[in-house]
Amino acid sequence: MKRMTLFCGHYGSGKTNLAVNYALYLRRKNLPVSLADIDIVNPYFRSKDSKDLLEKEGVKVIALPFANSSVDLPALPSETYALVEDKSRYAVLDIGGDDRGAYALGRFVPYILEENDYDMFYVVNFYRPLTTTVDEAIEVMREIEGACGLKFTGIINNSNLGQETTVEKIQATYERAQKLSETTFLPLVYTAAEESIATEDMVPLKLQRRPFEI
Amino acid sequence: MPEKVLMKGNEAIAEAALRAGCRHYFGYPITPQTELTAYMAKKLPKMEGGVFLQAESEISAINMVYGVAGTGKRVMTSSSSPGISLKQEGISYIAGADLPAVIVNVQRGGPGLGGIQPSQSDYFQATKGGGHGDYHLIVLTPSSVQEMADLTSLAFDLADKYRCPAMLLADGTMGQMMEPVALPEEKESGIEKPWAVTGTQMKREHNIINSLYLSPEVLEKTNFERFERYAEIEKNEVRYESYMMDDADYALVAFGIAARVAKNAITAMRKEGLKVGLIRPITIWPFPKKAIREAADKVKGFVSVELSMGQMIEDVKLAEECLRPVVLCNRAGGMIPSVDQIIKVTKELAEGGKN
Repeated sequence: MKRMTLFCGHYGSGKTNLAVNYALYLRRKNLPVSLADIDIVNPYFRSKDSKDLLEKEGVKVIALPFANSSVDLPALPSETYALVEDKSRYAVLDIGGDDRGAYALGRFVPYILEENDYDMFYVVNFYRPLTTTVDEAIEVMREIEGACGLKFTGIINNSNLGQETTVEKIQATYERAQKLSETTFLPLVYTAAEESIATEDMVPLKLQRRPFEI
Repeated sequence: MPEKVLMKGNEAIAEAALRAGCRHYFGYPITPQTELTAYMAKKLPKMEGGVFLQAESEISAINMVYGVAGTGKRVMTSSSSPGISLKQEGISYIAGADLPAVIVNVQRGGPGLGGIQPSQSDYFQATKGGGHGDYHLIVLTPSSVQEMADLTSLAFDLADKYRCPAMLLADGTMGQMMEPVALPEEKESGIEKPWAVTGTQMKREHNIINSLYLSPEVLEKTNFERFERYAEIEKNEVRYESYMMDDADYALVAFGIAARVAKNAITAMRKEGLKVGLIRPITIWPFPKKAIREAADKVKGFVSVELSMGQMIEDVKLAEECLRPVVLCNRAGGMIPSVDQIIKVTKELAEGGKN
């Protein structure tokens, strides 16, 4: 378990849900955790949506006051630097989608490399239209690495079809996830699934709630 | 059936457009539709004959659409409310030159810069003109990510068939939400375009794309002829969904995200014994007047559920010919009516409290 864990990937691959769940997992181990929402691309569906829950569980949430306020401002809070400088806490970073989201990470990369105690996970959902094949998934992966200047250390298979997800649908992506891992020489860290359907070989996720059912 | 993928509404529009043979996209990013522009930027340059261009402004983008439409190629632009306002002059020109094009509006709250949360307050703009002059757009309103794809595909076909611009009128929720989608198959237009400016090869007369008619007699004739086509559209292309209307005492009228909330409210009200149904316009121009008029013979009243200060309600009232009370259940500025609010307004109507 590294001090810093970064979740990156294609838009809508599930980075935020994974980051929030991982931060809560660390808290359950009684570790001091900060979670930073450094998505400068998307003004909706952010880890700040779970701020109340996270803070109740003792996770320090670093997010712009503007996040989710409808102010569409691509900026980062100054306290984001505490993530790299305060080495007494575990840090979970929720990065914006694609290469465009990963650019925001660049300024922290020299610190991350110097400390060299990080994991950067590539979150992939093979049911997303621009990452349905192994080749497409690799293309997005390389674009992200190029944009932020940091190499991935592992892969998380978060393949899902939203509310139509089934165990079979997830299992149908195992082969592609394995191939992605072999082709990139990166370990497949785990496969994630929403907790009500997760089988024993999957990491169960509690998903951020929709504001209302539609 | 093709394997489903998980898509944002904005992405579904873009992919469906590409599969409908659209190889020309001109736009300018604006929340909450930017993923559409980004998707096109990623995919079009890799496709044969594909042109993606981020214009310097919305006005520029719509005039590029005008240009490509004149060549008969399938072409699209997209924006959100303030950007669509900027495009109105170009849209009027496209309508005036009788050209097919697809314009997407993923609405946000207004007026002015407004906000970035969902809205349906561009209903008037989309259905009652928007730009200057006598013209209509075919306006399609999706209520799921699947329909974002399907209606985009349909918009291209209808635009080509009737030689007029078609608009996909969505809202920020539809653009941002992710749902599983079975994408439409790849297709070609299949409609001959002998009017298109494609080079005469010295074998035919010049085709001219123009909306300027200095002779009032000719301009009037052109307008009348265009309205004959609009009459055909009104006859053939009205689309709506009728939901639990067979035994309904009250009818909700709602489209887009509002229709989805309305369905949940109907389920809840029917559990309490209140028989409520929904007429969901899928085309808002042409508006499903006949369906509303026929419902007026059976129901005791209508509730127009809208994310605006009440715009569609005017069309509901016109269509039901003052036979029944029509009340408004609305939120504005980026807010969405809740199930509870719809139930409250419907019950008030049922109790005869309001008209």
